[in-house]
Amino acid sequence: MDYNYLLFIFFGIIAIASAFGTVTSKNPVTSAMSLVMHFASLACVYFTLNAQFVAALQVLVYAGAIMILVIFVIMLLNLGEEKLFSEKFGWRQYSAIGLGAVMVGVLATVYFSKGTLTTKMPKAAFENGKVEKIGTDLFTNYMVPFELITLLLCVAIVGAIILAKKNIVHSENFNNQEAN
Amino acid sequence: MINTIPLEFYLILSGVIFTIGAIGVLTRRNAIIIFMCIELMLNSVNLSLVAFSSFLGETSGQIFVFFVMAVAAAEAAVGLAIVLALFRNKKTLYVDEINVLKW
Repeated sequence: MDYNYLLFIFFGIIAIASAFGTVTSKNPVTSAMSLVMHFASLACVYFTLNAQFVAALQVLVYAGAIMILVIFVIMLLNLGEEKLFSEKFGWRQYSAIGLGAVMVGVLATVYFSKGTLTTKMPKAAFENGKVEKIGTDLFTNYMVPFELITLLLCVAIVGAIILAKKNIVHSENFNNQEAN
Repeated sequence: MINTIPLEFYLILSGVIFTIGAIGVLTRRNAIIIFMCIELMLNSVNLSLVAFSSFLGETSGQIFVFFVMAVAAAEAAVGLAIVLALFRNKKTLYVDEINVLKW
């Protein structure tokens, strides 16, 4: 249990730090790399919850597939560094500050409250994180949602191909193309 | 019943990551970085779902996370295709310069 605590605190701090890195770094590639770090450390946090299947999925789907897509797009577009904030302080910055203040307030309330912590985990949790239990549930109780999600992925693939096709007619030369 | 790390710690971690992601969405100008911040927020919600699922001793939360990941993958494909089409047509990715839909 002590090891579990140490692992949770270590990877939790890495997760928060790399999330900060994602949000604050000016270079999109640095940002993407710290997001990969964030996903990997969250996978380790899932291990402390006995959710092995979700941890493996996190590494495969997020740190693998999605981040490779993002990095491909960044390299295709060849972006430079960005100015972090626009010159004038807009409503976006004010609402971000408000959101941060709300979070600090909530954390302070949690810290100073006298409630008891929930530390009891049922024994079933050790079996539930395994592939066997989740697979059985997925193909019996959750069969219909599973099939629907395959349909959604299929639609997303077709949509992505159509959106990223080269000859999208855009507003400026729409009339020219009609004339030709 | 086994003694472990308190559920509240996971929820606090999840809340902190969600807020960082939301602040990123509000303050950044680059569309790809905004997209990555949305992924951060999705991940923090996944963390709290897995935490609740473990502490309840049920698999439903983890199966929900499975579906969220599938939706996130679909969202990544479509979103990045939109970003590519946008860059091809407008030559910029800064969201304050993309204002065709503004009246």
